[in-house]
Amino acid sequence: MSVADHAPRLDGLADQRSWSARIPLPWWIAAVVLLLLPIVANNFWLFQVMGWTFILGMIGLSLMFLAGYGGMVSLLQMTIAGMAGYMVAILGPSGAAVSLGLSWWIVLPAAFLIAAAFATICGALAVRTDGIYTIMITLAIAAAFFYFTRQNYTIFNGYSGFNLVLPPKIFGVNWRDPVAFYYLALACAALCYGAVVYLARTPFGLALQGVRDNPRRMAALGFNVTAHRVAAYALASVFASTGGILLVWQNAQIAPGTIGISAAIDVLVVAVVGGLRRPLGPFIGAFIYVILQVFSTDILGFFGFAADRFKLIIGIGFLAVVLFSPDGVLALWDRWRARAAAQKAAAVTGGGT
Amino acid sequence: MDNFLTRYPLWSLIIIVLVAAFLWLVLATWPAELVASWGRKQIFLNALLGGITLGALYFLVAAGFTLIFGLMRIVNLAHGSLFMIGGYLGYEIALASGSWLLAFPIVFIVVALIGLLMQRFIFSKMEGEELRQTLVSIALSIVFADLMLWWWGGQSYSILAPQFLQGPMQLPIVSNVNASTGAIIWLRYPSVRIWILIAAIVIGVAMWLVLNRTQLGMLIRAGVDDREMLAASGVRIQLLFLAVFGFGAGLAGVAGIIGGTIQSLSPGEDIRFLLSSLVVVIVGGMGSIVGAALGALIIGVAEQMGFVYAPTYSIVFTFLIMAAVLAFRPQGLLGARR
Repeated sequence: MSVADHAPRLDGLADQRSWSARIPLPWWIAAVVLLLLPIVANNFWLFQVMGWTFILGMIGLSLMFLAGYGGMVSLLQMTIAGMAGYMVAILGPSGAAVSLGLSWWIVLPAAFLIAAAFATICGALAVRTDGIYTIMITLAIAAAFFYFTRQNYTIFNGYSGFNLVLPPKIFGVNWRDPVAFYYLALACAALCYGAVVYLARTPFGLALQGVRDNPRRMAALGFNVTAHRVAAYALASVFASTGGILLVWQNAQIAPGTIGISAAIDVLVVAVVGGLRRPLGPFIGAFIYVILQVFSTDILGFFGFAADRFKLIIGIGFLAVVLFSPDGVLALWDRWRARAAAQKAAAVTGGGT
Repeated sequence: MDNFLTRYPLWSLIIIVLVAAFLWLVLATWPAELVASWGRKQIFLNALLGGITLGALYFLVAAGFTLIFGLMRIVNLAHGSLFMIGGYLGYEIALASGSWLLAFPIVFIVVALIGLLMQRFIFSKMEGEELRQTLVSIALSIVFADLMLWWWGGQSYSILAPQFLQGPMQLPIVSNVNASTGAIIWLRYPSVRIWILIAAIVIGVAMWLVLNRTQLGMLIRAGVDDREMLAASGVRIQLLFLAVFGFGAGLAGVAGIIGGTIQSLSPGEDIRFLLSSLVVVIVGGMGSIVGAALGALIIGVAEQMGFVYAPTYSIVFTFLIMAAVLAFRPQGLLGARR
C-alpha cells in the first residue's frame, strides 16, 4: 500500500474553501516578503538584482510556457522581448534621431502588437517542422534578427542601438526610481505568473498539453494542432514582450548585444536550470543566474580566478544541471521532499520494515 | 531528362532561360547599359566567386553537422566551437612549425579526438533524449567559448597562407575589355580561395563515394534510415557512431583552418558558423550530403551577393531563403520526408 492511499481525500472539499484558504502558507510568506522587501533591501538589490530577476524570469516564463506546456523549445523568446523593446525605443522618445517620439499610450500597445505579430509569423515558420528541429529554426531566426539589427541603420540604428529610453511618467511616478521599478516589475511578474497558471487550466491550455503529449491523437480528435501551437507562440510573446519592455526601461538603452545569441541562450539556461515543468522554475533560475552574475567577481576571486570567467561558471553549472538533474533545481527540491515524505511515512509505520 | 522536359515544359523553359542568362552574365562582356545599372562586371564576378568559395567553406562545416544529425539525431550546437578550436589550433601549429599543410592532419586528429570524447562520454549516455543532448551541446559550446576566450583573448587572428598559394591567379573568364585597345582583361582571383574550392569539391565527392560505394557508407546509410534495425542485425552501432562523430568533428576543425586563412578568427565566429551550418542544413535537407552542398552554395552566393548589392539587408536574403524553404518544403530541398 502506498502513502497516497492513506492520505485524506480533500479534492472535493478543497473546492469548497475560499480562494485565500486554497493557497498554501509558503506562498503567503513569499508574497509578504516580496512586498515588504523595499523596507530592508537597498536600491542595488531592488533595482539590479530583483528587477533583473523578474525581467529574466518573465522572458524565461514565456519559454517555459512554450516548452513545458507546448513541447516547443524556442530560442526565440529573447528576440521577441527585444522586438518589443526595440519598438518602444523606435516609436517612443529616445536619444537617437531615428526615434519617432510618440506618446506612451500609442507606443505600448503597438509594441505588444508588433511583437505578437512577429512571434506569430516566426511561430508559424517554426511549427512547420517539430521536435528537435524547432530549436534549430528558432536559433537561426534569432541569429538572423540579431545580425539584421546590427546591420540596419535606417530602422534599428545599427551597432549603437538606442540610448536614453526612459519609461513614461504615468501617474506622475518616475518608474525608473528603484522602489517604483521594483513594484512595477513585481506586479508584471506576478501577473504573468498568474496568467500562465490560469492558462494551463483553461481548455486551450489543456489542449496544448494534449498536443505536446500526442499530436497525432489530438489531430484525430479534431483539434487543429498547428493553430494551437501558433497561438501558443502568440500568447507567450505577451510575457516575453513585458519582460523586454521592462528590460529596456531598466537599462535605459537597447542595442543588438541585448538580443544576441548568448542572451537567447541565457534565457534557455535560466528556464532549464529553474525547471521547465512549472511556471515558478524560470524565476528561480533567473534568481540563481542574477546572483551568480552580480557576485561572480567575489565568487571567482574566492577560488582564485579572474573576474571575467563568469560564463565558464554558467556553462559548467548548466552542464551539471542538464547532466544530473534534467528537470532543473525544482526537481531536486521535489526529490528531496519525496524522500523526506517517504522517511516520515516509514517512521510513522514504525518497525514495519 | 526527357521525362522532365515533357512532364514540366514550362519549368524546363524557365530553368533553361535562367541558366542561359546566368552563363551569359558570367561569360559575355557586359554592355554599357548593364554596367550603368548594375556596376562593373568584375564586381559581380567577384561576388559570385566569393559566394562560391564561401559556400565551399560552409559545406565543410555543415557536412559534419548534417552527417551527425542524420545518423545520430544529435543536434550538435557545439559544432561551431569545434570549428573555432580547429582554427586556433591550426594557427598555433602553423606558427610553431612554419608549415600550413602540416596543420591539417594534426588539427583533424585532435579535433576528431575531442569529438570522440564528447560522443563517448556524454552523448552516448543519453541516447534517444534529443532535447537533453542538444542542451548539453549548448552547455559545452558556452564552456568551450569561454575557455577559448580565456586562452586566446578577444583579438582576431588570421592564418597566413603558404607562399605557393599567395597572390592572385588568372581565370579563363573575361573580366573586361579595354575600350581603346580591344585587349581582353582576364579575371584574376586569389589562388588560395580557388584551391580551397577545389579541395572542398574533392572532399565532397570523396564523401559521396564513401557513402554510396563502400561498405562503411552502406552501414551509415542504413543507420540514417533505421538505426534500431541496423543495431538489431548485429552491427556494432556505437563504433559507427564514434567514427561518424569523429569524422564530422575533424572536418569542422579542418574547416576552421580554412576559415582562419581566408577570413579571420575572433570570438563570435563560432556562432556565425554554427548559424550558417543550421541554415545550410535546413535549406539543403537534414542528413543529406548533396543537400548540404546545394544549401551551402545557395547560402554562400546569396550572402555575398547581398553584401555587394544590398549591404543593409544581406542577412535578410539568407533568412528569406530559409523561410521560403520552410514554408514550401519543410524537410529541405533534398531532405527525405520522415
